[in-house]
Amino acid sequence: MTNSIEEVLDTDAMFVIGSNTTENHPVIGSYMKRAKKAGAKLIVADPRRIELAEYADVFLQIKPGTNIALLNGIMNVIIENGLEDKRYIEENTEGFEELVKTVKKYTPERVAKICGVDPDDIVKAALIYGKAEKAGIYYAMGITQHTTGTNSVMAVSNLSLLCGNIGKESAGVNPLRGQNNVQGACDMGGLPGDLPGYQKVVEPKVIQKFEDVWETKLPTKPGLTIPEIFDGAEEGNIKFIYIMGENPMVSDPDINHVKKALENLDFLVVQDIFLTETAELADVILPAASFAEKDGTFTNTERKVQKVRKAIEPVGNSKADWKIIIDLMNKLGYEKKYINPSEIMEEISKVTPQYGGINYERIENEGIQWPCPTEGHSGTKYLHSSSISRGKGLFVAAEYEESGEVVDLEYPYILTTGRILYHYHTRTMTGRVEGLNRIASKSYVEINKETANKLGIYDGEKIRLSSRRGRIVTSVKVTNIVEKNILFMPFHFAEGAANYLTSNKLDLIAKIPELKVAAVRIDKLSS
Amino acid sequence: MIEININGLKYNVEENMTVLEACKNIGIEIPTLCYDERLEPYSACRLCVVEVEGKKDLMTSCSLKVKEGMNIETHSKKVIKARKDILDLLFSNHPQDCLSCEKSGDCKLQDYCYEYGIEKGSFAGERKKYPIDYSNHFYSYDPNKCILCGKCVRVCSELQGTNAIGLEDRGFDTKVVAPFDKGLSKSKCVSCGNCVSVCPVGALVPKNRERYRHWEIKKIRTTCSYCGVGCQMDLLVKGDKIVGVEPAMESPNNGLLCVKGKFAYSFINHRDRLKTPLVKRNGKFEEATWDEAYKIIRNKIYEIKDKYGPEVFAGLTSARCTNEENYLFQKLFRAVIKTNNVDHCARL
Repeated sequence: MTNSIEEVLDTDAMFVIGSNTTENHPVIGSYMKRAKKAGAKLIVADPRRIELAEYADVFLQIKPGTNIALLNGIMNVIIENGLEDKRYIEENTEGFEELVKTVKKYTPERVAKICGVDPDDIVKAALIYGKAEKAGIYYAMGITQHTTGTNSVMAVSNLSLLCGNIGKESAGVNPLRGQNNVQGACDMGGLPGDLPGYQKVVEPKVIQKFEDVWETKLPTKPGLTIPEIFDGAEEGNIKFIYIMGENPMVSDPDINHVKKALENLDFLVVQDIFLTETAELADVILPAASFAEKDGTFTNTERKVQKVRKAIEPVGNSKADWKIIIDLMNKLGYEKKYINPSEIMEEISKVTPQYGGINYERIENEGIQWPCPTEGHSGTKYLHSSSISRGKGLFVAAEYEESGEVVDLEYPYILTTGRILYHYHTRTMTGRVEGLNRIASKSYVEINKETANKLGIYDGEKIRLSSRRGRIVTSVKVTNIVEKNILFMPFHFAEGAANYLTSNKLDLIAKIPELKVAAVRIDKLSS
Repeated sequence: MIEININGLKYNVEENMTVLEACKNIGIEIPTLCYDERLEPYSACRLCVVEVEGKKDLMTSCSLKVKEGMNIETHSKKVIKARKDILDLLFSNHPQDCLSCEKSGDCKLQDYCYEYGIEKGSFAGERKKYPIDYSNHFYSYDPNKCILCGKCVRVCSELQGTNAIGLEDRGFDTKVVAPFDKGLSKSKCVSCGNCVSVCPVGALVPKNRERYRHWEIKKIRTTCSYCGVGCQMDLLVKGDKIVGVEPAMESPNNGLLCVKGKFAYSFINHRDRLKTPLVKRNGKFEEATWDEAYKIIRNKIYEIKDKYGPEVFAGLTSARCTNEENYLFQKLFRAVIKTNNVDHCARL
């Protein structure tokens, strides 16, 4: 997030696109409802009539994969009405002419057809966003999990820059990060091209710096992303995978492919707190401690580095992940020892500019939001307050493109996937909580009432869903949350897992899979 | 700043404050049951009454703004008597089962009765007799213990924005109910438990499998491990078990949690937890010591690296683990195994 969570409460307008906030970030969702009650305007764009849609001033029930068209359409109306922030654009941005040229083609009428919404609603949304003093855009995987994910994010950024909503309190571009420490895992260099702090492995100066601190030679060739790693494993080019705290056998697209890849390895190590579907395939399983059994830090979606504290001893003979990794490093001949996570943070702050001023003493009572370059720096509530970090905000005009997979006669429905309030990711944790299982215990698919009637399917009936990659049996939930030709499945459940159906077509820049759009067919089990 | 007199002493306080807030800042404790700094003043419990010079009636300090020259008594005889009467009235119509009540030790009614010397309820008469609502999977509601402070209803509507519950009927018959009194399971309740977290008495309590007394537990402040909001919370620890979770009154969540943060902690001490390294031999997992497991991994790494070089290795680090662990994991791959093939589920 460029801005902070609590700034939601003081915003004038919220544009929520591709985020089911009340279910996936419930506390932020409650803040949005409070802001709305206090007078802020709310625009919601989503393929499903989610809870926030009920509170929205405008709800745009868009067809999955049409975000760019919608965002361009909104910008078209804003420019047509002269609502763009001319001074901000003049002083702080580049590439505006190019943007104007591109979005000119996206008239509300044309966009309405692409997205499957009313053109008047596009105009209404544009006027709300364009006229607001402070407007924040809040998005999640509904924007990013498409073959056009990177361009969709660009389009979000364009809209925000267009109205000068960057570098301002209670505004901004706000991706809501899904997992507790996905922000931190990225910050810490859990990415194939980036060392900690997004410092590129291809830059000799960066490599030199890390080689000096780590006292060893480092590889300079960018590594592979997860989809590339699994492709490599299936082809036999990857022989050894070590998976810590992740369950791709449920969470990743095209599970049949993931399984083939993992089974084709020479050796698989899985480190987890439970015997997950992925761990079943391992050669060695290392039992890890849960978050309640170790010290450390998580970085939340607003870049705040917060303490995690050990409350109990690791259960059984399990060990904190950091201890396991140090043990292995030492066994493999790297001699550095760390006594506790605080010492690791000291090293992190030495090599990671954004974390330069962060240490355990400073975050004992309250976390600090990066960037925090020095010990005298109090952290950053919202980004780009004095200027955009690259100097000027760059408009990158993006064209709408169809999804990687489109419907045809054989696979006539679009399946989109996501999470629900009552489970988390692959259910390794929440699947062991009785109350949650009583509310949601098994895989299901949401189908519109008209579609269900047409196919003679009743609520609760078990049906077969197939895509070009796999087939599953799941239960039907008849609902008008989704439109006639759209299906929705939560991906949490290992049995009847949605990800047997999903596509591993990638966005070519970010390598994010298109989990939000797959073409599927529905068959009755009896047929 | 303005000057006011409290209990005979002069204080400079900020304008626009309530008397309750001013007292709190100065360090004078005033008892409250229905007050919550995040909510609009409600003046329902009347326990926070104070004596204001020139006013005939006692005033509720939670809703009374400070005024220049105001003369306030927070613990005068008249005030104490009023508070005692209120507590007596509440306790007289209360189950008085403190010995077995889950909330004992963390109950504001119990604390204030102790402080104000209320040993038993002296008002004999009709008592509430309602069935307990067990229909929610995570918490129960006992209307007999409810003191009608309305915090649960207001948190649900003002902060959580769900509006699942409301106050029904009047006077003695008033109670907190889900719409049409059909039970919590039939309401819009999303089981966030934010009502449970603010209930000052034992009316709304988590359905615990582990029994504990509040004086047996320690609280450990930590960060929730579910979504990216990073809610601050306290783990309630009894011995080697996590027995509950309470939200922290800190940024970013300010006392709120969701159903997972509040209630989904039982995985921590679950019997399915992996407790020892496992090594697959002939297609079956067998228990191993850490040394055995490490040795197998190390030998395998050497063997494969000798044969194919470092580029055939890949590591999936974790958005569920700490920063320190992610840092070390990528360091293991880059600095020790010598490949940049390290990624995580940021895209999922």
